Amino acid sequence: MNWSKFFSMDGYAFYVWGSYALALVAMCGEVLLVVRRKKTLKRQLQNFSK
Amino acid sequence: MFRWLVRRDLTLAWRRRADALSTLFFFVIVVSLFPLSIGPDTQLLRSIASGLVWVAALLASMLSLGRLFAGDYVDGTLEYASPGKFYPVASKMIPWFATAATILFIIGLYVGLFLAPRDFQQGEAYRVLFIHVPAAWMGMLLYILMAIYAGIGWAFNARLSSMMASSLSITGAMFTFLSLVTGSMWGKPTWGTWWVWDARTTSTLILLFLYIGFVSLQSAIDDPGRADRAGAVLALVGVINVPIIYFSVQWWNTLHQGATIRLVDKPTIAAPMLAAMLIMLAACWLYSIAVVLTRLCCTIIERERDVGWREEALTR
Repeated sequence: MNWSKFFSMDGYAFYVWGSYALALVAMCGEVLLVVRRKKTLKRQLQNFSK
Repeated sequence: MFRWLVRRDLTLAWRRRADALSTLFFFVIVVSLFPLSIGPDTQLLRSIASGLVWVAALLASMLSLGRLFAGDYVDGTLEYASPGKFYPVASKMIPWFATAATILFIIGLYVGLFLAPRDFQQGEAYRVLFIHVPAAWMGMLLYILMAIYAGIGWAFNARLSSMMASSLSITGAMFTFLSLVTGSMWGKPTWGTWWVWDARTTSTLILLFLYIGFVSLQSAIDDPGRADRAGAVLALVGVINVPIIYFSVQWWNTLHQGATIRLVDKPTIAAPMLAAMLIMLAACWLYSIAVVLTRLCCTIIERERDVGWREEALTR
């Protein structure tokens, strides 16, 4: 299992790892945005009800 | 186990035999009326018999539709349709879906990238498939779900259902965008170009515009009620596009290959590849449930500003 061959992906490294990286960015980005939104709403709720 | 279930259902039906028998009786009447009304011509009757029996059975089963939700109404499960009640349930479920999704992602990627063999034609380039196909499926599936929820929300004026539709839209748009981009990343090495106006790619692009239209339409209208109705119209109009995408590869001879997984016959790819794709699909599914539920909780809080239950929600 030599890693260099694995990462080169037969020369298609850019396309394969590019799309995986993009998927990672898209998904993590969406999760972070939603979680941040929920936190701020919760904080607003606490201030609102004090 | 199955026998026990059947016996239980039969005893339940027997206890309320008035309903069961009335449905059966209705079925028998309808089927026996036809020969009387159409006439004794056996040739004709034989040709229409099967369709007639099926239609009569379906109509008869409609009779018991009213009782279907009576039980749920009585024991209060229908109350969870109200946003206030659903909020704690939703926020409890989210961590479970989130962890399950991450675990499945890790397994799926491991199987897809390490265990699945080289493709004889495309070598390693085909591995983009493990993100491209699930993303495309999720894009279409989430649109159908969005249209259904929007439709229900509009028809029954159910706020929670429309909130669900708006929460689904952003994740669906993300997946469709992802499927388009990973598709073009895959197209470059194999088809030689980033983009080709092929039947499937064009209809998926239309799906993306429908999503963006839905999201921008909903954010453009301030009053939530009107925004939901407007969104429902757009979602329901656009739902015809999903079958077009799905069958586009069969209808037009497109550059995009045919469906890899056909429910009818053996799938045309190797077992580990299939396994990896299905695991990734499950992971994307769980991921979207977790994200959509979180966004649903946010929408519930935003829209229920004046409702009194929110202070109590803080303690949960």
